[in-house]
Amino acid sequence: MDELVIANKKIKSRFFIGTGKFSSNKIVPDIIKSSEAQVITVALRRIDIHATESKDNILNYINKDCILVANTSGARNAEEAIRLAHLAKATGCGNWVKIEVISDSKYLLPDNYETLKATETLVKEGFVVLPYISPDLMDAKRLVGAGASAVMPLGAPIGTNRGLKTKELLKIIIDEIDIPVVVDAGIGKPSHAAEAMEMGADAVLANTALATAENPVLIAEAFKLAVQAGRKAFLSKPGIGKELASASSPLTGFLR
Amino acid sequence: MTFYDVVQIFKDFDYDSFFKGITDMQIEKIIAKDKLDKFDFLALLSPTAEKHIEEMAQKAHNISLKYFGKNVLIYTPMYVANYCENKCVYCGYNCTNDINRKVLSLDEVEKEAKAVHDMGFRHVILLTGESRKYSPVSYIKDCVKILNKYFSSICLEIYSLKKEEYEELVKAGADSLTMYQETYNEELYSKVHLGGPKKNYRYRLETPERACEAGVYSVGLGPLYGLYDWRQEAFLGGLHGAYIQKKFSGVDVNFSVPRIRPHAGSFNDLHEIDEKTVVQILLALKLFIPRSGTNITTRECSEMRNNLIPLGVTKMSAGVSTEVGGHTQENPGEKQFDTSDKRSLEEVREAITSKGYFPVMKDWEPMVS
Amino acid sequence: MIVNGEELNFTNNITVSELLDKLNVNEETVVVEVDLEIINKDDYKIKKLSSTSKVEIIRYVGGG
Repeated sequence: MDELVIANKKIKSRFFIGTGKFSSNKIVPDIIKSSEAQVITVALRRIDIHATESKDNILNYINKDCILVANTSGARNAEEAIRLAHLAKATGCGNWVKIEVISDSKYLLPDNYETLKATETLVKEGFVVLPYISPDLMDAKRLVGAGASAVMPLGAPIGTNRGLKTKELLKIIIDEIDIPVVVDAGIGKPSHAAEAMEMGADAVLANTALATAENPVLIAEAFKLAVQAGRKAFLSKPGIGKELASASSPLTGFLR
Repeated sequence: MTFYDVVQIFKDFDYDSFFKGITDMQIEKIIAKDKLDKFDFLALLSPTAEKHIEEMAQKAHNISLKYFGKNVLIYTPMYVANYCENKCVYCGYNCTNDINRKVLSLDEVEKEAKAVHDMGFRHVILLTGESRKYSPVSYIKDCVKILNKYFSSICLEIYSLKKEEYEELVKAGADSLTMYQETYNEELYSKVHLGGPKKNYRYRLETPERACEAGVYSVGLGPLYGLYDWRQEAFLGGLHGAYIQKKFSGVDVNFSVPRIRPHAGSFNDLHEIDEKTVVQILLALKLFIPRSGTNITTRECSEMRNNLIPLGVTKMSAGVSTEVGGHTQENPGEKQFDTSDKRSLEEVREAITSKGYFPVMKDWEPMVS
Repeated sequence: MIVNGEELNFTNNITVSELLDKLNVNEETVVVEVDLEIINKDDYKIKKLSSTSKVEIIRYVGGG
């Protein structure tokens, strides 16, 4: 059985979604339905005490058997990420947290070092930690050592929809890291998601691609199919394209 | 968890069935792959793969060029003691063998070191038999300290130690370890090691891990081919290297394919392998672990060693004497085995150069003062 | 006191519960932090605020 298990929990879908940047919360249930995603990320923000529509609660749009993952977006260092994780836990919606620590406002690239620090603390406190990182193998190994439940290396900077620009590094992480690898950020099209799954990623997360499509509900379904296709392709171990052999003098003639 | 746990997984593996199911097409696919898993590696050790040796060689050649270029490191062994408490049936040092036992005094070690240094060597292997009486760890440590003055890399090929003992030796200046498992088959292991501390299979098997934890940066592994079925030994040997590489990502892994050579004493139940098999094993290891080094000792003859160079050899010994104090002593201690390639350093360097490769005498600088 | 970065005026010793009520905020949907300390929902009715309090009222939004 090809199951995805994170922190001892069986996860039905290898397509994770973020809920940011949508035109309204109302579309979220339809997205969840057509994508069949089970792992959903949300963020924490101050309410606008003057605006009534800010009283709208996104949790009302996410059904109960989804796994809610609180994203620490907004945190610029480990301390802020830890604080956000605590706030998320206090809402009583579970203890899964995606650590996103960004102090680079130009590219929105994550700070691996602060992310590691936050992971170490939050794992000790009993959180299920999914750190979002730049694909560095040594950092990924440290995160495994710190007790992360998965690693989430980026394919390209957040929101760029540019696909797997970090492909070579992702391959290395997928090959060398034993905990689930969820490719996150940069997934702009279902074909990117299929490619990541074909390479051996355990799951893929997309957000901007859904929110910025003309038909988010339809593209969510396309992503679902792409992730399934990519996974099956990976499991079927496809044939290798052969390189043309370059003519070269024989190396084992001496054995005859 | 240690490598012992991995060996258990394959204890009852049906190698024959596996090999029967391997087709030529599968071998071609495996050779074309970028990353081989352990069963791909095992397939390359199959009878079917024998027909594909040339393609394997081309791939191994290219892999080696990518990771190692055309450098071949030259080193030489230094035997300082051959007293031994073990009864290994295949070894000249077997304590029941009546041979010329010798342990060099520290002065003699220094003389030997100077001579070897003056010959041009900078990388050496320090060898002893297993005797905590005649060549205790304190003695070995003193030897390392002396060698440290003359050589930039000291590899230990001594008896299995505890982690703390390796830490002492690393602190004194040793940086690498060679530990041949002899045989990965636990049952046979007890049959060929009739007595002495080396009889402990698991302790020996886990030695490279202890040494890596102690700070050794390079390990040399391999079974002694000839004791048992070579395909199984090569398979577990390769897995051992892969395990070390995964567990200690900063450590260099090197493989050797030592074949039983004539020696004092006798061991007659041999599974001898021929040159073609040596090549198949080396190539399969290189394709399985591209970043591994390949070490060829003087157990092989000069012609064979020359031919192996383009197949990915990264280190070779030269100017070898396996006698204790063989470079300086008038009455050296009995040799461990008969070398086949008796060429001097200059001759080996010339052979490497003539193949278009670059002989390197020094590839390491110790941080220990 | 300061609520979500804004200076606001309320009666002294107002409780968290009363504050949320005044702001028309559903207690169930938010987390409240006073002076960097997360307040347990059970304590909303008893935690009193003063003119120096720094209050953060946080909720989930789409994101991540």
